[in-house]
Amino acid sequence: MAILENNTVLEKLKEKFGAYIISSEEQYGMLSVTADSAFNIDILKFLWEDKDLEFRFLTDICGIHYPNSPQPFGVIYHLHSFKYNVRLRLKCFITEEQSISTATMIYASANWMERETYDFFGIIFSGHPNLKRILNMDELTVFPMRKQYPLEDPNRVDKKDYYFGR
Amino acid sequence: MTQVTSIKYGNNLSTYNGPGFQLTSLDKAIGLARKNSLWPLPFATSCCGIEFMATMAATYDLARFGSERLSFSPRQADLLIVAGTISKKLGPVLKQVYIQMAEPKWVLSVGACASSGGIFDTYSVLQGIDEIIPVDVYVPGCPPRPEQILDGFMRIQDLVAHESLRRRNSEHYKQLLAKYDIE
Repeated sequence: MAILENNTVLEKLKEKFGAYIISSEEQYGMLSVTADSAFNIDILKFLWEDKDLEFRFLTDICGIHYPNSPQPFGVIYHLHSFKYNVRLRLKCFITEEQSISTATMIYASANWMERETYDFFGIIFSGHPNLKRILNMDELTVFPMRKQYPLEDPNRVDKKDYYFGR
Repeated sequence: MTQVTSIKYGNNLSTYNGPGFQLTSLDKAIGLARKNSLWPLPFATSCCGIEFMATMAATYDLARFGSERLSFSPRQADLLIVAGTISKKLGPVLKQVYIQMAEPKWVLSVGACASSGGIFDTYSVLQGIDEIIPVDVYVPGCPPRPEQILDGFMRIQDLVAHESLRRRNSEHYKQLLAKYDIE
């Protein structure tokens, strides 16, 4: 079986989606592609179906928050082609008002991963069958991994300065 | 009543002894019985739970203190041993377990996490179980050694032995529970 190179993956993506591939980079032998968030499902479907790629395992979905960026919220898909043993990162960035399409119709495992991303970053996955919190308590009113919220608990008393003579 | 002696049963149980009889107060007799037959409910969530397992096992043997029988139902438990990190999501569960326990009941908080949140100063972790339930004895340590857990258990025994039988009906105790929104 032919070895699948990162260049081949990138060329195939650029050939099919052209202008919607915003940028790409290769770090430590792993390809990262940033794409238009409106086409995330089309790209994922292509990566799944294409006979020379077959990225059929969704390793993880991550969220990220860059508060100073014009599109502060990112969704990062970590894909793995078992057939060719090649990994790929697909990044899509959105604004706070935008939502992104769910990948649950392609990868069933995306269900819980997207719930987790919603839970911590408040990213709305439109079309998700059950988009509610999965790890944090239901009463939580904030999305704790957004940068504007403090990481520490405000009720903590034993770290106050006066206990240390400061 | 011919003589007054003090017989040691771990605590100083004063009795009035004579030929064929022995007198003491009901509080002290019941305290003695309770302290040597505490049924603990281990609410163990992490590494402190492993230390608690060592405390129960042969080398340290919590059974020596009358706690042979662990109760995994809160209804039959006297002592709630909270060992480990309690996340905020788990908080209502812990409180429910405490409410389900029958009076009289005591709480032993084992380790830094249960006592203060420990290293987990974060939005998802309860900063000490005393935010949701009253605690009788805190055992410091991360995690505490079995000797420390045994020491904490013996402090609980002291409280049990000397507790007034009327304490659970007192206004002070009702106010304490009301502070935690427990009926």
